[in-house]
This record gives sequence, structure tokens and C-alpha cells, in this order.
Amino acid sequence: MAFESLSDKLQGIFKKIRGQARLTESNMEDMLKEIRVALLESDVNYRVVKEFTNSVKEKALGQEVLLKVNPSQMLVKIVHDELVELLGSDDSELHLQNNRPTVILMVGLQGSGKTTTTGKLAHLLKYKMHKKVLLAAADVYRPAAIDQLNTLAKSVGVDIVNMGTSVSPVKISEVARQKAFDEHYDVLIIDTAGRLQIDEALMDELNQIKDKVSPDEILLLVDAMAGQDAVNVANAFNDKLALTGIVMSKLDGDARGGAALSIKHMTGVPIKFSGVGEKITDLDIFHPDRMADRILGMGDVVTLVEKVQEEMDEKEARKSVNKMMSGRFDLEDMIEQMRKVQKMGSLGGLLKLIPGMPRISEEQQAAGEKEMRNFETIVNSMTPEERHNPDILKYSRKQRISNGSGKSLADINRMLKKFEQMKQMMKQMEQYRKSGKMPPGGLGGMGFPGM
Amino acid sequence: MGLISFLKEKFHKKEKDKEVVKYTEGLEKSRKNFSNRLHNLSRRYQSVNQEYFEELEQILIESDIGINLVLRIIDEVLEISKKENIKDPEKINEVLVDRMFIGYAEKGDVVNELSFKEGTPTVVLVVGVNGVGKTTTIAKLAYRYKQKGKRVLLVAGDTFRAGATEQLKVWADRLNIDIVVGKNEQDPASVAYDGVYKGAREGYDLLIVDTAGRLQTKANLMAELSKIKRVIGKEIEGAPQETFLIIDATTGQNGVVQAKAFSEVTNLTGVIVTKMDGTSKGGIILAIRDELGVPVRFIGLGEKMEDLTEFDLDKYLYGLCVEEE
Repeated sequence: MAFESLSDKLQGIFKKIRGQARLTESNMEDMLKEIRVALLESDVNYRVVKEFTNSVKEKALGQEVLLKVNPSQMLVKIVHDELVELLGSDDSELHLQNNRPTVILMVGLQGSGKTTTTGKLAHLLKYKMHKKVLLAAADVYRPAAIDQLNTLAKSVGVDIVNMGTSVSPVKISEVARQKAFDEHYDVLIIDTAGRLQIDEALMDELNQIKDKVSPDEILLLVDAMAGQDAVNVANAFNDKLALTGIVMSKLDGDARGGAALSIKHMTGVPIKFSGVGEKITDLDIFHPDRMADRILGMGDVVTLVEKVQEEMDEKEARKSVNKMMSGRFDLEDMIEQMRKVQKMGSLGGLLKLIPGMPRISEEQQAAGEKEMRNFETIVNSMTPEERHNPDILKYSRKQRISNGSGKSLADINRMLKKFEQMKQMMKQMEQYRKSGKMPPGGLGGMGFPGM
Repeated sequence: MGLISFLKEKFHKKEKDKEVVKYTEGLEKSRKNFSNRLHNLSRRYQSVNQEYFEELEQILIESDIGINLVLRIIDEVLEISKKENIKDPEKINEVLVDRMFIGYAEKGDVVNELSFKEGTPTVVLVVGVNGVGKTTTIAKLAYRYKQKGKRVLLVAGDTFRAGATEQLKVWADRLNIDIVVGKNEQDPASVAYDGVYKGAREGYDLLIVDTAGRLQTKANLMAELSKIKRVIGKEIEGAPQETFLIIDATTGQNGVVQAKAFSEVTNLTGVIVTKMDGTSKGGIILAIRDELGVPVRFIGLGEKMEDLTEFDLDKYLYGLCVEEE
């Protein structure tokens, strides 16, 4: 059950009040109700929702509706801006020290993703910020937590203080801090055991660690799936430890992550990072505007654009565009294009980022990706000559390719047909370019398989 | 007599009953929040009005029951209160609990405990998103049935998360239970196969198969689950007889989405709610039952091995709604 996006819902209500030029108390009432439901469905805390809808109402009342947009779009924009403002902060970067090791303490409930995030953070600090990182394995309670951190440390290539499970977490943290200072590490990250905020003994233990190592950062892990109680958890940790930041984990799922809004609003602690996948590189700097879109179910266009930019080497892209335009587009170019799309993450992940695209089913997505792989397998069984000039492919060559790739002749023909379609499209685009017009529908429908 | 009074009567008599005590103690934090507030609420109002229902709504929403189900329950209670002209807040609260109870119970009978058949091992497949406590819950389940005299075999099918296999191994050692492990990054379906192969031939009563945590949006990983399920079914007919979804009590509205997605690939037979000893009320289980009909079978109330108990709706509601006296 993917929740219907707020903008769709509001659009529906708006139909009833079309033609009104101003947002008024009466024409907003139904829309505000929907906003409230949408926020609650996103797990934003009840009290926060109440305050939030009130302040949106105040801001919106009497607002002149711009000529080109309708009142519902207007309201969505107000809600969006308000969300961004609430989620954002000027203080979303790590406080790294220059002349001594920075100490980071990771805390949170069980299963919120502390150990995994510790590994990801180590990776980010080492490879993006070129820091010398030391980890401390202070989770002595969960069986094999230390093994898990050990494995992560090895795969990232950072050092770890591992004293087994018979030493107290406070002691381990102290020793690690000493080592970090003595051996001139830039950053020490201490992974602690998950604990309930009402477990006084364990909360005291965190306080002792805090006293001994005086951390520069105390980061609370919050699961994107967390419900209404997340606020109470964050409040308790904040009261006890004075948090410096929040990390949202598991944002790669389809949870709306309303807890982020609640926590930021109720504690004022800035959200610094978000975990967006299972790979060690999947830790992002937190973007309030994207989170706002997500809470509203509006897709994440910016992330899509950025991903595309990151993965496409511009020069290379221009080269292949030129090649396409001049009609010299061949099978290798087609596969190259597909590979790039795949590199950006699975097609499914990309499609989810595009607003208005959520109606493509998982099966369809999977089918599209499978087709891509099939095409690649077939092309890999071709000679360079065949790849550059597919016109020479006749029965016996196809037969050979079929044997080599394990795909049927029908598969090969289907791929060639797709290729012809893409090539045709390129030619058309070239003509449009020459005449100075854009094709109807923009660059959409470029004919990637399965789309 | 309202249901809540009936429940009270039923349970006050055996207050010393160990299970009930465990429930009330384990759920203390949740209970304090929920029932205290309910109780305070009814004390502040002489008779119910719209404001009262709004506050009721807040209490339910903050238990993670979910806005849509809450609105429906409140509507039902409103209707009953109008029809029967109930104004007393205490009575309204009873009607409320009635509605919650009936809504859950009318979805069908539930047998919580696993069933066993001579000669064929019962296979339990354990699934869920990351970090909900699958591995710990498996240890608790294994302990529970070992205590009941069953021969238990664990299958470490989480070959993905660093340290997961080691974690299960530690438990197997502590509980003195056999375990089948694969190599790191080995295809989990092939580990599951090794497990059921051994389990079917060496006379085990119960096989519990661990799987890696996976977000329900990852199509490939969900496909992997249905493969694991198929492989198990090929070796032992009718297996896995049980597929349990583990849900963290702190989970919000995404819990329903999870339950839906996992039941599509694995045919869930039950939910186990973990971490119920915290302050979260786990109201999402009511929404899951409401939307999918999947019942809660066990709940985790603490870190100790014996802290896994059968879910019992009576006791759950009793624990949530009993008044401080």
C-alpha cells in the first residue's frame, strides 16, 4: 500500500473549488484535513502535526493565488517550504577538530543501525575527507557485534580497538581515546550497544563514556520507519546526553520518515546524515528539501538529477551524443548507454525518484532490467565488426551469436528491433535540433528497454 | 457488562499467574502511557463531547495504530455512544476497548504455538527488515521449544550482514543447539537447502531458518526470499509450515507496507513483535491484523531468553488498559 501522494489528493479536492482566487478558511479546510492525514501517515508525531497545520493555515490564509498555479499547488508549496524550514539547520556538518582527534559517539535503540552507520561514516571520513580514522568496538552486549564492526573496519581499511566482551564499554572507550591521541588519528568513532532510553543503568553507562572521552559529536541513530514514539526516544537521549546530531537510517526503504520532522521540531537537534542503502558508500549528507518531498510523497527529482550528473562523465556524454546525432550510433553505444543507466542504481530506484512515475510495478521494473542484461549478453557474443555495423547480421551470424550467448534468435531479433527504434529516434532528434525545435514530449521515451 | 470489566474480573482472580505478571511488568511502560492517559482523560471530563473524542483520537494515533483505523474505531465508538446514549467517559473507554477487541478477534481464531507432526520437521522461516531483532528472536524461539523437549536445528541463512552468522552461532553454543552455517556470502537458498537436508534426515522436530534483513522495496532480495521458500518446500513437503514476520514495536505506519510486501512473497502465518518492553505501544499490529488478517503470535518483552511469550489478545489489552489502582 503505497500511500497516495499528498499532491494527488489535494488535486482531487481542488476540483471542487476551482475558480477561487484566494485561499480562505473555508476552501482550505478539506485540504488541511488531507495534509493532516498525510503527515500522520508519514509518522509525523501527532502534536507536531497539530502545530504544523496551524502554522500552515496562518501562512496560507489570504495568500493571493498566483495566476499560473491553482490553490492546491499553492498550498503544497507552502507546506513544502514550511517543511524544509523545519527540517533544515545551519548546523548540519560534523564539528571536526584540526589539532586533535575528533571523537564521535554513536548512540541509539537496538537495531537502529549504529554499527553499519559507524562503518559507513568511517568510509566517508577516510575517502571523501581523507581522515585517519580509528573505530572503537564498545558494544559488548549483542553477540557478535564486535565481529561485525571488525569485518567493517577491515573492508573500509581503518584501525579498530577491539578488547573483546569482558572489558567494560567505558574502559574500551577510554583506551581508544588514548590511542587516538597518542597515535595522531584524526577521528575516533565509538560504536555503542543499542539500548532503551528508559534503561537507566545503560543510559548511565553512556553518560560515563561521555565524561571520560568528552565527545565532539554525539549522534543518535533514528530508523526511518520509526513511529510516534521516536520523539520520546530522542527527547530522552537528548536530555541525558545533549545530542549534537541525528542520523536517519534505512531511508532507502519506502517509509516516509516523518519521525525526522518530529524529532527536529521537538528537540532542535540537527539532522546530519541519512543512510540510503546497504553498501558501505550509502551514507548521504542530509537534504531537508528532499526529505520534505519524501514526507509529502512527491518524488525526489533533485537526487535523480544529481545521480545522473555524478555517473555521467560529461565529455564522454557529449561524445556519445554527437555520435548519436550524426547517425553513427551503434550497438556498443547502445550498451554503453544502458550500462550508465544501470550504474546510476537500479532502474527501479531511479523511477521512484520521478514524480508521477510510481505506477510502474516492481515486475515491470524487474523485466526492464532483465531485458537490459539480455541485450548485454547478446552484444558480448558479437564481433567488433558486427557491433559497429549490425546490418551485416544475417542468419548464420545470428545463429552463432545465439549459440554463444545462450539466447534465442527471437531474443536477438527483438534487440535489433529495439536498436533500430533507438537509432530512428536519434535521427529524428537530430532533425529537430537542426530545425531548432524540440521533439514533442522532450527527451522522454528515448526507448530504454522496458520503459 | 463491558468487555473490559469482564477482562478485569477474569484476570484479577489470577493476578499471581506468572504469564500475566510478565505481561503487565513487560508492558508497564506502554501501559502507563496508554491507560494512564485514558484514565486521566476520563477523569477530566464530566461527560463526553467532541473535544473528548479528539483527545481519544490522539491517544490512539500516538500508539501507532494508524490514522485510518483510528478514525474508523472512533466513528464506531461515536455511533454506539449515540445509539445507547452513553455519556460517561469511563463507559466510553470500555466501548472503545470492546471495539478494538472485537475488530481483532472477528478476523478469525488463532493458535499461537507451533504444531508438530511425527516424522516431519516443522520449518519456521523468519523474515523482516533490517534491525528488528530477527536473530535474537530466533534464539528465543529455539530456547522456548527446546524447553518443551523438541530437537531444534538452527539454519544461519543471513550470509550477508557482517557478523550475523557469528551472532547466531553464539546463541547456538549458549543454548547447546545444533546449527547449520554457510560460508560468507554463500547463496542463502543453498544454506537453507543444507539445513533442511540435514533436518529431514537426522530427526529434528523444529528447524528455524534465519534470513538477512531486507527492506521490502528491494525486488531482488524479495525474490531471493521466495527462492529460499521454494527450496525448503522441495526438500520437505508443505514446508515452511510457518513464516514469521518480525516487527519492531517502534515501527510506524510502514509496518503495514512491510507486512503486505512480505506476505506477497512468502505467505506470512504470523507476526512476532519485538522490543515491547520499551515505551512504544506497537499499535501497528492492530493495523496489520486489520488490513491483512495476519495475527500476532509471540511478543518479545526483554533481552533474556525467556522473554518471548505467546501473544494473547486478552492479556495484551488487559496490559494496555488496566487502570492504576
